[in-house]
Amino acid sequence: MAAPLTLLLIVAVTIRAVLFRSSLADLISERVEVVSPLNAWKRVVEGLALLDLGVSPYAGDVFHETPLIIYFFHFVIDYAEIVFMMADALTAVALYIAVKDYNKIVFRKQKYALEANRYPLNCQQLFRTPKEMYYIPLKVAMFYLLNPFTILSCVAKSTCGLNNAVIALFILCTIKGSALMSAIFLALATYQSIYPLTLFAPALLYLLQRLYIPVNWRRPSFWLFTTQYAFMYLGSLCVMVCLSFFLLSSWDFLSSVYGFILSVPDLTPNIGLFWYFFAEMFEHFRLFFICVFQINVFFYTIPLSIKLKEHPFFLIFMQIAIISIFKSYPTVGDIALYMAFLPAWNHLYRFLRNIFLVSVVLLACSALFPVLWHLWIYAGSANSNFYYAITLLFNVAQILMVSDYFYAYLRREHHLTHGLYLKRKDGSEATLVLK
Amino acid sequence: MPNLYDSYVQVNILVLYATHCFPTKCIFSVSHYRLFPTSLGQVISKFSVRELHISFTQGYRRTMQWGQTFLPSPPGAELWVWFQDTVTDVDVTWKELTNVLSGIFCASLNFIDSTNTVQPSASFKPLGVGNVTDQRFLRYAVLPREVVCTENLTPWKKAGYTSDLCQDWQCKSTAWELRQTLNVVFDLHSSGQSKREWSLFKMFSRTLTEACPLASSSKVDVTDNPQGELFELSPATPMLSQAVVLGNRRTYSQRVETCCALYFTESAMCQATGCRRGRSTPWCTTTTRTGPSPSSCWTPCPGTCVSTSHTLTVTSKGRDNKPSYIHYQPSKDRLRPHLLEMLVQLPPNSVIEVTVQFERALLKWTEYTPDPNHGFYVGSSVISALVPSVVAMDTNSTQERPLFSSFFPCKEESSYFMQVYTEPLLVNLPTPDFSMPYNVICLTCTVVAVGYGFLYNFLTSTFQVEEPSPGLAKRLANIICRLRGVPLL
Repeated sequence: MAAPLTLLLIVAVTIRAVLFRSSLADLISERVEVVSPLNAWKRVVEGLALLDLGVSPYAGDVFHETPLIIYFFHFVIDYAEIVFMMADALTAVALYIAVKDYNKIVFRKQKYALEANRYPLNCQQLFRTPKEMYYIPLKVAMFYLLNPFTILSCVAKSTCGLNNAVIALFILCTIKGSALMSAIFLALATYQSIYPLTLFAPALLYLLQRLYIPVNWRRPSFWLFTTQYAFMYLGSLCVMVCLSFFLLSSWDFLSSVYGFILSVPDLTPNIGLFWYFFAEMFEHFRLFFICVFQINVFFYTIPLSIKLKEHPFFLIFMQIAIISIFKSYPTVGDIALYMAFLPAWNHLYRFLRNIFLVSVVLLACSALFPVLWHLWIYAGSANSNFYYAITLLFNVAQILMVSDYFYAYLRREHHLTHGLYLKRKDGSEATLVLK
Repeated sequence: MPNLYDSYVQVNILVLYATHCFPTKCIFSVSHYRLFPTSLGQVISKFSVRELHISFTQGYRRTMQWGQTFLPSPPGAELWVWFQDTVTDVDVTWKELTNVLSGIFCASLNFIDSTNTVQPSASFKPLGVGNVTDQRFLRYAVLPREVVCTENLTPWKKAGYTSDLCQDWQCKSTAWELRQTLNVVFDLHSSGQSKREWSLFKMFSRTLTEACPLASSSKVDVTDNPQGELFELSPATPMLSQAVVLGNRRTYSQRVETCCALYFTESAMCQATGCRRGRSTPWCTTTTRTGPSPSSCWTPCPGTCVSTSHTLTVTSKGRDNKPSYIHYQPSKDRLRPHLLEMLVQLPPNSVIEVTVQFERALLKWTEYTPDPNHGFYVGSSVISALVPSVVAMDTNSTQERPLFSSFFPCKEESSYFMQVYTEPLLVNLPTPDFSMPYNVICLTCTVVAVGYGFLYNFLTSTFQVEEPSPGLAKRLANIICRLRGVPLL
């Protein structure tokens, strides 16, 4: 499997290199769907230029990256394109290895469950076979590398690619079972943008499952491991924050980075829900709705963790999807990360209900975004409502897709417990509904 | 005021304070209010102002045709103040001062706040005797959108054209200086006269009958237009003299010289497509024949535009001209504007272009002006230069006329200080739809609710086998059975 992966990496790097050298690179790096005020490359360059001028990069309202990014790019600014291509490649390889190991674990569990006769008799169609699972890791890597969203994000040199790489490494370390590395990468991801904080719960659940510690709050072993993991995570986060303070000798970055993410002062249009909502909001209610929208990202963690505590990998997917949809400055790079996981749920295909509608709407919206932007900003014949409408539709389609996969997953689990062909009391074929 | 078609109006008020006046002696005595407007005097003493410059300008000055103005000022209202070093909180004092001045001059100076106030470090020096250069006590603000109206001249009712106030009754040394200028350009052709003649009566509907009652002397200076035809002055004046001023031999008799030896002209341009990105390009054409002159160029940019300093380029004659000193203060959203000051050498006979790229921001609904599609004004750039002076004026005739000498260099110096302003720019920002706040809130909350609804449904419900619903007849029968208390069908 190394050969096809290498071939895939070569093809992906070639496509990106070709696009970097073409005139499209400048055009793409200015698209608001691909870059946001948080991760635009222009702003990184501006921050470094301000540092050269002797002004703090956080003095103005242009630069919102963390000090570690300044430090990192201070050395590799001349090789920026290679850095972003390598980040993409690293993400793809990390996801490849992670999904491969996960598949092995899944297959082993299925084997034990079959030997223990835990599945009903008519479920053979739902079992996963090695033949079907063989190409899934390669498909995951392909879905990430050859996704147009990822390619656009890389060519625009948006630091979203670096964030994705960190999250992919976090997933890899979690699947491999290394709690310390998982905590460090999760702390790095949280340090970059606050939202990966919600991935703490699925990572914890996965590691508990892997160590055969039952998730029972009455048991001390559960609390012991939880405290250990939390301590490692919070410790790494504190170390990173203090390191950032010593780099620039000021705490300015806290308000410029985290204050910016949470309070949403910049209303540059993007593919998310926040910008137009807060552009049209009265001052009186602004704080209330900021709190509502930010809590909206975080408060699905606990209910989802309770429902999916036996399936933490799917929970990671759900959490990343919810972050990408509801975060304050989403870009297509965030979407590309959770879309990379879709081949891992190929076996759910028979239970997906809306996949045709969702894919058509996503394609249509992706095509309409630049058109309506041009009509609003350059031609002047449309106004902001057109672009806003497409934003809404895009987000509805994403929500529909994620909830569809959730439904399919839950339904498959139900069938694995109760049998595939269900009969009613009188023997006729039954239908399943959610009640 | 006569009809000012295609014209230019500029009002300047300048109050200077001499530093060799000890604080205890600088309390205004009542007698001085004969010359100095009471309102201004009270303001100056209350807010411990060392120097106060206000100007109101409307219209675009065609410098190439009309010549350089005596006191350059940007379009709109400009206010810059040097405070005394006894002031503890300059920002609070500045805010109070602008509010009071807004009342005195009947102008909207109360719109000056932290979003359009800057503290330039190199471009503005005190013009009085004082040599203070502590930039903490300097504040500068410009409102490009202000219009000029006759109510702005309210304090003039109390004061004359110029007045020096003395420390002691013998008037040995100057304590305060007040200069008020009104600069108006008339278009005589529009008044319907075919003959090229003009008179004070035609312009102002009255003649000069007597000297100013408050002043010790009044003079009217008239100059000629060396490129145009000569004209005769009626009534004729006995004093006729010639001198070389600013490089040109001019005949003047009590003339107010219009400087036509332009050292440099300024312009500004905003290049953009659409209302997303743009480049602000103030440029300056030098016509000096002598060597390069150092100049400080200051470019403001409002907080509504996100300006990037790494895109700053300065080119002259097609080549890069790196500034030797850059002072850049990036803007903070809704708190303070951009400030960019550079020290650039201006080579002679060249065009210098300064380019900065910016991005236009989408503002909150409440932050737009009532006419948002008009655009937002970007204030003028300032170029302060040390221009090499060619030849000075004959100093003999200017000793008695301090106003005249302050306008033109009459000392044998190697260079003199000159300040030029560009025109302001009008930037079109993208606007949201102002009729839609409720709709937007509803629709966005609907999308969030759709997400919440799906997840809530899957989290709280379980799969169950669906019982088919019986036909209508059976359902009605079941209702009756329930009422009767018998088992259902």
